[in-house]
Amino acid sequence: MHPPLLTHNGVSLSTNLFTQQAKCCSKRFLGIRNKNKGLLLAPLFLAALIGMCSQARAADQTIIGLVTKTEVNPYFVKLRQAATAEAEKHGAKLIPRFGKFDGDNEGQVAAIENLISAGAKGILITPNNSTGVLGAVKKARDKGILVIALDTATDPLDAVDATLATDNFEAGVKQGEYARKTLGNKTPKLAMLDGTPGGTVDTLRHNGFLKGFGIKEGDPAIVGKQITHGAQDEGQTAMENLLSAHPDINVVYTINEPAAEGAYAAIKAAGKTNDIVLTSIDGGRLGVEYVKGGKIAATVMQFPKIMATRGVDYVVDYAKDGKKPTGFINTGSQLITDKPFPDLPSKDTKWGLENCWG
Amino acid sequence: MSVGTLPGPRRGVQPVSLGSAWPTLGPLLVLFVFSAVFSFSTRTFLAAGNLSLIVQQSVIVGTLSIGQTLIILTGGIDLANGAITVLATIVAGRLVNDQNNPALSLLFAIVICIFIGLLVGLLISRLGLPPFIVTLGFLGIVTAATRLIAQGGAFPVTDDLLSWTGNAFNLGGAAVTYGTVVMIGLYLLVSYLLTQTAWGRHIYAIGNNREAARLVGIPVQNRLLSVYCFAALLYGVAAWLALGRIPNADPNALQNGNLDSITAVVIGGTSLFGGRGNIWGTLTGTLIVSVLRNGLTLSGIDPLWQDLVTGILVISAVALDQISRRKQR
Amino acid sequence: MPTPGKIVLEARRIVKRYGHVTALNGADLELRAGEVLAVVGDNGAGKSTMIKVLCGAVIPDEGEVILDGQPVRFHNPLEPRKLGIETVFQDLAVAPALDIATNLFLGREIRCEGALGFWFRRLDKGRMRREAEQEMRALKFHLPSIDSAVENLSGGQRQGVAVARAAIFAKRLVIMDEPTAALGVRESGQVLNLIRTIRDRGLPVILISHNMPHVFEVADRIHIMRLGRRVALTNPQRHTMAQVVAIMTGAVPGDETSANAAADSF
Ligand SMILES: Nc1ncnc2c1ncn2[C@@H]1O[C@H](COP(=O)(O)OP(=O)(O)O)[C@@H](O)[C@H]1O
Ligand SMILES: [Mg+2]
Repeated sequence: MHPPLLTHNGVSLSTNLFTQQAKCCSKRFLGIRNKNKGLLLAPLFLAALIGMCSQARAADQTIIGLVTKTEVNPYFVKLRQAATAEAEKHGAKLIPRFGKFDGDNEGQVAAIENLISAGAKGILITPNNSTGVLGAVKKARDKGILVIALDTATDPLDAVDATLATDNFEAGVKQGEYARKTLGNKTPKLAMLDGTPGGTVDTLRHNGFLKGFGIKEGDPAIVGKQITHGAQDEGQTAMENLLSAHPDINVVYTINEPAAEGAYAAIKAAGKTNDIVLTSIDGGRLGVEYVKGGKIAATVMQFPKIMATRGVDYVVDYAKDGKKPTGFINTGSQLITDKPFPDLPSKDTKWGLENCWG
Repeated sequence: MSVGTLPGPRRGVQPVSLGSAWPTLGPLLVLFVFSAVFSFSTRTFLAAGNLSLIVQQSVIVGTLSIGQTLIILTGGIDLANGAITVLATIVAGRLVNDQNNPALSLLFAIVICIFIGLLVGLLISRLGLPPFIVTLGFLGIVTAATRLIAQGGAFPVTDDLLSWTGNAFNLGGAAVTYGTVVMIGLYLLVSYLLTQTAWGRHIYAIGNNREAARLVGIPVQNRLLSVYCFAALLYGVAAWLALGRIPNADPNALQNGNLDSITAVVIGGTSLFGGRGNIWGTLTGTLIVSVLRNGLTLSGIDPLWQDLVTGILVISAVALDQISRRKQR
Repeated sequence: MPTPGKIVLEARRIVKRYGHVTALNGADLELRAGEVLAVVGDNGAGKSTMIKVLCGAVIPDEGEVILDGQPVRFHNPLEPRKLGIETVFQDLAVAPALDIATNLFLGREIRCEGALGFWFRRLDKGRMRREAEQEMRALKFHLPSIDSAVENLSGGQRQGVAVARAAIFAKRLVIMDEPTAALGVRESGQVLNLIRTIRDRGLPVILISHNMPHVFEVADRIHIMRLGRRVALTNPQRHTMAQVVAIMTGAVPGDETSANAAADSF
């Protein structure tokens, strides 16, 4: 729960209201029989709970909204924790919101609108679909709210004030280069486990990988592509199917580490762990551990904490002196592997575990 | 019991028991209490702009829930409604993107919805298949069809007609979108149909006691068919409202439309067993969910509380319904 | 004793089989104007099936139904209703959540006159309410309020609603399947009164019942079924309850002579 700021009328007023309501409702208004009382009053208790949790904020406290895609993905959880801590450090208040599923534009739009209503000074958002939420973003900016895209860029880029993100294309290139090097002079048979078709990040990573790998879309070296939604179970199913169709696959691109973990299970079941180079991208703690344990050859780490803390800092600065950041700000990416090549800059898993996001 | 005399016309209000009072008063009371709490605990909740927001955020689910209410009143359930709406947005979006006439594209999308409703209705009314299974099947079919038509993309909508429902006019300082007006219009229409026409009475009778409805000569199959078609028409209109609210036809949108609408209907006091409930309760249920989402944001409370509170409300509503029904037996 | 009426409804040699079970095995039935005809028989004798044939819920394999001298064939429950035959089914055909007036007019709602009714399909609720009240008063059946939900009524009152609905819309005859089966003594009395009132208004009634005292209280003639056919036709004056039960259970053979005699004496 949030630290209580016990200088407000909110609680006492709403509690009063609650008790009055409860009395009048239970006795006369509905003529409740005893058995049902508990059930009927449940919503009232809840309302009281909310009343007590909600805090009237000090008038000058900077409010920062954070709108992520979902709450289930640990990546967004870390982003949110880092942002909350940074906001607290500056005495600002962070209000986190999220969509219900990947692609919940309606949820993100409602979140932005409600944050405007809440008087947010700035909104940090990982936009779902690059065009889906632009209307609401524009509304916020028209109201003088600083809007910064985190992790995912909008299209066009200048729909938001600034974007703090991994250059996913560049990250994909790093993944592709490493995969190619590890393969040596073997003829590549590439399987690609994509996330969600049409997603901006997915496309950038996918294309970056191909660039780094040194082939073009449609190259016969690509023996199969599958959609995994970045989920472990779907990654496993996809890899199983690809392997039974093409037992000669020797290199695998995965959109993220859960998908890679699923793919690894399929590869292991097929007894091909020594024949296949499995690469991934993201850089979560589990991902780095997969690299350390030899499940994944390499992963490319991104730095969501930097996105979150820098984003919060920008809003705090903006609240102070009205200065806005602009353009695409690359928060960088780092190849993590324990089998490095001298001409590919990389860090080992020890460094990775110290610097990973979760 | 009493054979005693109480004749003569008496229109007076009967003393209402809890069982019959709760479905109408309960949701309103909950809405009122939440609103009161938020208006005391936050500074902006009651601002005209904020209230108008809450309504705008209710428009899509609010419209889906009208169809869901009709279907639940007949004793059925619809798991495919959100998917049907998304299909309609994609069809309309793609047709307009390909330079087709916007009005005709929209009309075509709505006709497709009605066609799906017709198929669903035929399977349920003529073959007697359970609505849960039929609409579960159609959830899959329609979602797949949507993705096949969208081909991995989304369709930004710039056309004035398709996004018209998102435009607003000013009413006492609050922005009211045309989409809101359309939704309220639909509620009025369905309220009229349910309370003032034989069709509406038949819907209740079918959900209340299907066999009795058949025996008194209600054409049960045709009524059910008409309900599924009409609901699908509403889903088509919801697609138009969705394009107004977010001018981007996205195959990933509204994945929770089915559950959100069932939630609104149930919180609104309509019985999942059919035959009891009213359409205004559904609007109240939709608003309760939106008020929670908005109010919790304004208060800066963790959004997970919204799901928690909504869950408790759903269970309370169904439990109350169950208790009041048991008493009647 | 009312004057013997002409035959209103007649069923001849009806056969209905369900797989290997023969529910009706050449059953006859005749109903005369102005009478309450009780149909009695042991469980499984075929009473309900007979009634379902007469009201169109079941299509017989053989035999014919004659209404006012005209052979008729019913394919669904709507057709007999259009000809003025109303049925009160054993399992109460009411919608418990709806109010009494709504239940009375269910499936036969009255719309407003003029454009409002034609174009806007608007119901004339006031008129239905008034007529419902009038009818209940004419039937001398008192209810707390025409606006209360049927589920708030006692079992007898609910059955009363179902019976009243049949009485209101019947033009030729009313059929009732075990209307007192689930009721207490006093409630049964209400319903039996209702049956008499209906008969006195000139509508003949076919009453199926297990309950001998009830049958002997209201019936003008008694039609006894056994193993899918009529085995005797008598009246409360001719046979005692014990004798009727004996015929019903097969302890005493029924015979067409007793049937004819009863028919003659009527
Ligand atoms: N729908 C049905 N399917 C199969 N058998 C039936 C059906 N309806 C009635 N029967 C059988 O026909 C016989 C007569 O039943 P019924 O007319 O209900 O008798 P009653 O009403 O006199 O008790 C019984 O043996 C019963 O089991
Ligand atoms: Mg029977």
